[in-house]
Amino acid sequence: MKLRRDVFQAIADPTRRAILLLLATQSMTAGAIAANFDTARPTVSKHLQILTECELLEQSHNGREIYYLINAKKMKEVADFIEPFRKIWDDRFNKLESIMKKYKSKNTD
Amino acid sequence: MEQKTKVKAEDGRQEMMITREFDLPLELLFKAYVEPEIVEQWMGTKVLKLESKKHGSWEIETSDAGGNVVFRAGGVIHEFIPERKITRTFEMENTPFGVQLEIYEFQRLTDDTSRLNMHVIYESVAQRDQVLKLPFAQGINMAHNRIQNIADKLK
Repeated sequence: MKLRRDVFQAIADPTRRAILLLLATQSMTAGAIAANFDTARPTVSKHLQILTECELLEQSHNGREIYYLINAKKMKEVADFIEPFRKIWDDRFNKLESIMKKYKSKNTD
Repeated sequence: MEQKTKVKAEDGRQEMMITREFDLPLELLFKAYVEPEIVEQWMGTKVLKLESKKHGSWEIETSDAGGNVVFRAGGVIHEFIPERKITRTFEMENTPFGVQLEIYEFQRLTDDTSRLNMHVIYESVAQRDQVLKLPFAQGINMAHNRIQNIADKLK
């Protein structure tokens, strides 16, 4: 539940959407990304942190430099608008399963 | 990893198929759809009526912390075959989603596993797509609202 909200938080913000667009075709360092925005560098870092936490971005270390790149698998999941719907049913069925497992052990003891 | 719950909704069709395999014997899976107090637990809602029989009807309702009803849904049961099949209608009150026809098929896989096929048919393609997109739209709205709340506090 938390993870899903975070992903939507990520794509709902215009700066973060711009970052994702920027990284669509290339991997870039935080500095190079920040150079594309008027916002302060720490703000851009915060956006990168959120996108990384949501697994929309991955980091790749090249010597002392950290490059950011898009996690294509996760992006595809977000692009698929059915996924939140599926997740709701999955959560619901998981709950059904755990309740009935408890019910079973309670009634066979 | 293979997903336990699958949703198949082809473009341009007014139906969808939700499939799930459970680590539960068929009897227990079916019981979760028939016993009102168990339905209440996993659906997170109050069951006002659940007549599990042919031509029976059902009604559920969810209230917020203040006791206001925020969700009410119901329908009729057209067919009821224990541990095999339930055919029913589903309608959410005060929404534009119309009535949906739901065909539940319960299958035994092994002594300890079972499968549910949920075939849902909507009044139109547009209504099906609206229902499918609802959680996606809510996710984005929630994020927007949170950003708005934070922005309001900064004012």
